[in-house]
Amino acid sequence: MEADWIWGLGGGLLIGLGGAVYLLGNGRIMGASGILGGLLDGSGRNTAAERSAFIAGVIGVPLLIGLLTGSTPDTQVTGNAGLLVLAGLLVGVGTRVANGCTSGHGVCGISRLSLRGIAATAVFMLAGILTLAVLRQILGVI
Amino acid sequence: MLRTVLALTAGGLFGAGLMVSGMTDTAKVQGFLDIFGSWDPTLAFVMGGALLPMAFAWRLTEGRKPAAGGSFPSPPSAELDRRLAVGSVLFGIGWGLVGLCPGPAMASLSYNGWQGALFLAAMACGMIAAPKLSRHLDRGAANA
Repeated sequence: MEADWIWGLGGGLLIGLGGAVYLLGNGRIMGASGILGGLLDGSGRNTAAERSAFIAGVIGVPLLIGLLTGSTPDTQVTGNAGLLVLAGLLVGVGTRVANGCTSGHGVCGISRLSLRGIAATAVFMLAGILTLAVLRQILGVI
Repeated sequence: MLRTVLALTAGGLFGAGLMVSGMTDTAKVQGFLDIFGSWDPTLAFVMGGALLPMAFAWRLTEGRKPAAGGSFPSPPSAELDRRLAVGSVLFGIGWGLVGLCPGPAMASLSYNGWQGALFLAAMACGMIAAPKLSRHLDRGAANA
């Protein structure tokens, strides 16, 4: 468990490197919600090939790592189907309405000191913190 | 072709990073947001590690063109509108409820069981429905 922060830092560097390749190579901001959402709502029709390739990499490389090493990380995800659907809907609607998530507003926005990126990250982190504070610490339901 | 290869590479780095960083472990993500519980700082290291190459990359865009053609994104807008606020609040609540955001939800699809698939399906439905709420908020702003 002591090594968690090292894996966090190393994984973070890989995430940033991916963002750098997408920016310097294709001239695009690496935002997971924007890349997927643009495919789903049709707004990214003209760039469907690079969006699909990106998503294939995001899903495919962890799959490949799992097959090659024979081990995958523990996800500890909830088994409450209602909660999963509610949270998925909120994440899907929210990230598209705000035009960004942890990767687009967080990683890519903050690193260029974008006011919108910094503000969005502050708001969604605060909303997440309050959700845990109320539902876990006060009510004890999640 | 180059665009597709670069996008696949970027996505692969992103997915591998999310997988090894611990960001597909919902307990770690919720642990980071749970500042009044047993706080888990891992996500701060992930964010710090990701910001370094990205900040360097933004520097490199100055006076250059993207390798695969086209142009770099225009400078960020400083406008804070209701869509940014409302959307980020909804996203943050959903993120806190389960501990998954869009990137990790995709990266963990192969090892996150039916739960991960259900979350991703619901997220996709939300993304398809989102333009309706966006238009509603834009109209509200225009009338205000």
